[in-house]
Amino acid sequence: MNNVMAISGIVVKELYRRKDFYVLFVLTALITLLLGSVSFFNDAKIVRYLKEVCLLLIWISSLVIAIGTAARQIPAERESRTIFPLLAKPVTRGQFIMGKFLGCWLACGVALAVFYLFFGVVSESRGGRNASSAELSSAAATVGTEAANQVDDHDHAGDGIEHHDEHAVLGHRSVVMNYVQALWLHWMMLGVVTAMVLLGSVVLSAPSVSVTISFIGIVGILLLGEHLNKVALRQPQPLQAILYTGYFLIPHLEWFDIRDRVIYDQPPIPFADGGLATLYAIAYTGLFLFLTWFVFRRKALTL
Amino acid sequence: MSVILKTEKLRVEYASRELSSGIKVALNGLDLEVRAGEVFGFLGPNGAGKTTTMNVLLGFVHATSGEARLFGVDVREPIARQRIGYLPELTYYYKFLTAEELLRFYARIFGIAREEADRRIDALLKLVELEHARSRSIKTYSKGMQQRVGLAQALINNPDLLILDEPTSGLDPLGRMKVREIIQRLKSEGKTVFFSSHELGEAETVCDRVAIISQGELKAQGKVSDLVAQYQCDLERLFLKLIGYQPQGAS
Ligand SMILES: Nc1ncnc2c1ncn2[C@@H]1O[C@H](COP(=O)(O)OP(=O)(O)O)[C@@H](O)[C@H]1O
Ligand SMILES: [Mg+2]
Repeated sequence: MNNVMAISGIVVKELYRRKDFYVLFVLTALITLLLGSVSFFNDAKIVRYLKEVCLLLIWISSLVIAIGTAARQIPAERESRTIFPLLAKPVTRGQFIMGKFLGCWLACGVALAVFYLFFGVVSESRGGRNASSAELSSAAATVGTEAANQVDDHDHAGDGIEHHDEHAVLGHRSVVMNYVQALWLHWMMLGVVTAMVLLGSVVLSAPSVSVTISFIGIVGILLLGEHLNKVALRQPQPLQAILYTGYFLIPHLEWFDIRDRVIYDQPPIPFADGGLATLYAIAYTGLFLFLTWFVFRRKALTL
Repeated sequence: MSVILKTEKLRVEYASRELSSGIKVALNGLDLEVRAGEVFGFLGPNGAGKTTTMNVLLGFVHATSGEARLFGVDVREPIARQRIGYLPELTYYYKFLTAEELLRFYARIFGIAREEADRRIDALLKLVELEHARSRSIKTYSKGMQQRVGLAQALINNPDLLILDEPTSGLDPLGRMKVREIIQRLKSEGKTVFFSSHELGEAETVCDRVAIISQGELKAQGKVSDLVAQYQCDLERLFLKLIGYQPQGAS
């Protein structure tokens, strides 16, 4: 575990010493703020519109960060030969893979937290719901359990929440809950994406090829994954069976997308469903990591 | 004297597109034996299979057949690498780290406690004369400096066996001299050094024993003085003879 943590620390360090993340964040923030400053819709609509654009940008940025980081890791270690002094130490290949995965995934988590915080501040400051941005960030900081959120609310009972009526308090809580759930599921999805991309990067060793293929594959699943069964039904037989099998085998990343609930202020999803989705993500992440290790385990490392 | 590094009938085949057979035999039945406390020169022309041998010893490449052991442990076990230090042939280290951070990272991998790591990092940076650049990122280092970082990282766990792949290639005469001094110093501390080279003069001055390989096969192994006496010529002639070089004009 020590080795895994040490290796993941290097991945995180590299990411924040590179400029990619800052560039994506500044771009997302700029576009959102620019759109926010133009008011050519009536008020109710523009908030929704803003949220939609901002979330879309966050999704795109997060995928770019996750895929870009994960796809580069192992090929870059091999290309720059930094893998040799590392694996010459008592580090197993499994620890190497796990460290790379954990580093990418944690880095994605930090990036997501920053993005969602920005999103919360922007959408609430544009007259969203009852939560002020300050309350939001304090709640977002306790991205823990429901219980933790409740304790938090009690602690802050003195500063404002008591003034709301029963309905408004619930409303506030479910808005925050929506953000937290969206962030959590998004992060879980990025775990699957990271593991999948790592697998791709050990199968296709050329970094540029693996980035391109991963990106197409993941965007393909996000856009078409849920329709694949319907598409399959319209195909002639051999293809139909293949597409249908594909439908059951691919990780359905689109299930983790609950942007609409945040945009339209729908009630949060039940905890059981969130838990199932989390387990689903863990299962696929585990599977992809296992396959990555399996392929990489006996791979000859030469130039 | 105990044997620290041993290979037996080591054979490595690479897939090859150029050869009609489809495989390139990089090592063919290599038997090596390195004993505790000696400086062992692993000599051979380019492409002889020196790096391949080291790749097997470090677990980067799996042997097609045969065996390789470090401290009596099969090289496929990660624990075999606990007491060795390795300097790759040409390596770049994480460019975005400073020398100090890099060494701290590797120290952590070996499970070295914080204070002990600090102490060793100071001593090693002093040894390789990089104290002045310790908190500069490695991307600003010259080639010679990178090679010295490499040497420092190979020593971070205070290893009993050092495996150095052409440690002096690409260095200027002063750099070579320093590396040689470090090798001699390590020997005086009782460490075993296994290094590859095609610099015969260098091998002659620092090595206790040498092995000469060519095209993946062992041609000779033993004390430099014994080999020279046996073949009745100097190491350079011997080397050329063993790798099959025919001097022009002669015979
Ligand atoms: N990954 C590889 N695939 C195919 N052939 C290789 C590979 N690596 C090395 N070789 C071949 O194996 C032989 C030995 O190479 P190497 O061990 O690097 O030699 P040395 O380090 O002694 O110069 C060479 O002929 C080289 O071309
Ligand atoms: Mg070599």
